[in-house]
Amino acid sequence: MSDWLNLLIRFFDDFLVGAGVTLELTAIGLVMGFLLGLGLALAKVYGAKPLCWFATAYIELFRGTPLLVQLFLIYYGLPSLGITLSQTLSAYLALGLNSAAYQAEYLRGAILAIGNTQMTAGRAIGLSRWQTILHIILPQALRLAIPSWSNEPILLLKSTAVVFLIAVQDLMAKAKRAATTTYNPIGSYLAVAVVYLVMVFAVNALLKWLERKARIPGFEMEGKRGSF
Amino acid sequence: MANKILTIKNLTKTYGNNIVFQNIDLSINEGDTVVIIGPSGTGKSTLLRCINLLTKPNGGQIWLDDEEITSKEVNEDNVRQHIGMVFQNFLLFNHLTALENVKLGLVKVKKMDKTAAEAKTFQELERVGLVDRAHHFPGQLSGGQQQRVAIARALAMDPRIMLFDEPTSALDPELIGEVLEVMRKLSLAGMTMLVVTHEMGFAREVADRIVFMEKGSIVEEGSPEDLFNRPKFQRTREFLWKITELYGKKE
Repeated sequence: MSDWLNLLIRFFDDFLVGAGVTLELTAIGLVMGFLLGLGLALAKVYGAKPLCWFATAYIELFRGTPLLVQLFLIYYGLPSLGITLSQTLSAYLALGLNSAAYQAEYLRGAILAIGNTQMTAGRAIGLSRWQTILHIILPQALRLAIPSWSNEPILLLKSTAVVFLIAVQDLMAKAKRAATTTYNPIGSYLAVAVVYLVMVFAVNALLKWLERKARIPGFEMEGKRGSF
Repeated sequence: MANKILTIKNLTKTYGNNIVFQNIDLSINEGDTVVIIGPSGTGKSTLLRCINLLTKPNGGQIWLDDEEITSKEVNEDNVRQHIGMVFQNFLLFNHLTALENVKLGLVKVKKMDKTAAEAKTFQELERVGLVDRAHHFPGQLSGGQQQRVAIARALAMDPRIMLFDEPTSALDPELIGEVLEVMRKLSLAGMTMLVVTHEMGFAREVADRIVFMEKGSIVEEGSPEDLFNRPKFQRTREFLWKITELYGKKE
């Protein structure tokens, strides 16, 4: 136990830097995935046929293949097409493109749940289709999406661990380094597991706060605790 | 001769082989309240949706004032802001307060500045008696109050005509009165209204003209007096008899 504590103290700064990189990867992947995912969800629900097909193909492709394969294709594959990206940029891109596919499905489900009647109501007062989507459908759909979408930041945070395989210095890479220097893999990986756990708890708290903040009286998912 | 606000000629709507209504002719004078009655599935609601261009008719024409709104060159969004619509299920924007529900169209469609829009919003909420509920969300309002906000939202756009699609059918009996009262006042104030309803008391008292529709066509139309007391067709008589049987015979 004291060995383990010593290891944690010795590598604490290193882990902290790694955790910072991990959080950065998560945040950028999440924002990129959200913007792209929102576009894909809108294309799938409201887009013309070709746009809808494209969105569907994209989503199936990125959900149907491992993130690690996507990462390697971007980092090792793209240079053969003349596009060479840095390790960090490749990691951002792989995480963002991958997350977009999942986020698109959360958002699409929420948009469908709002239904066509709100669109009718918006159009009836003279709002255009896009105005209705922007001012009526999305504000409600995004709120409705929060509980299920909350999985994505947490899953993404843990998925970032694969980037150490292209030598991005994230938390996982730091763990590997600690393991090889100290010959104590169990202690090292246990230590970063704790750091991951702390980060997930923090993200979770943030999401709970977001859900509370976005709440509209009388407009929420049915079946709150204690209502049955 | 009164000014015609709405003119419908030969309007037909079909879904595949299913004819919703056929060859409908109808016109409404400025300031008149016309009530459409008839059994369910007769195409009354679809007719209203066609007038508001929410559904495309298959044939025929509609004029709002002198403009043919079924013409292809027409900007639909532009037309819709001149036609107010009130739905059976209120369809308020659930994430916005009563105030914001009414204000949204003024700001986004009419491009009014915030202060003017707010003043106009309070004026409309005053008209439906809900100023004290301005900052409540739809989920915090009763059905009757929600429908009154919906009426205010439509009125705020200063429409040439208001369409009501069974505005009280989703309400508890004790809440129907407050909505009908608002509609009655509106009619008295000279608003042009086309109302689909099963409220025969309202039809009798407020309508300038009643239209009886059945199986996709207009069977007969006339003053409430004529239609209730001297219906020309057996079908009209049967329907009115059934309805009074159901809702009681008061008035």
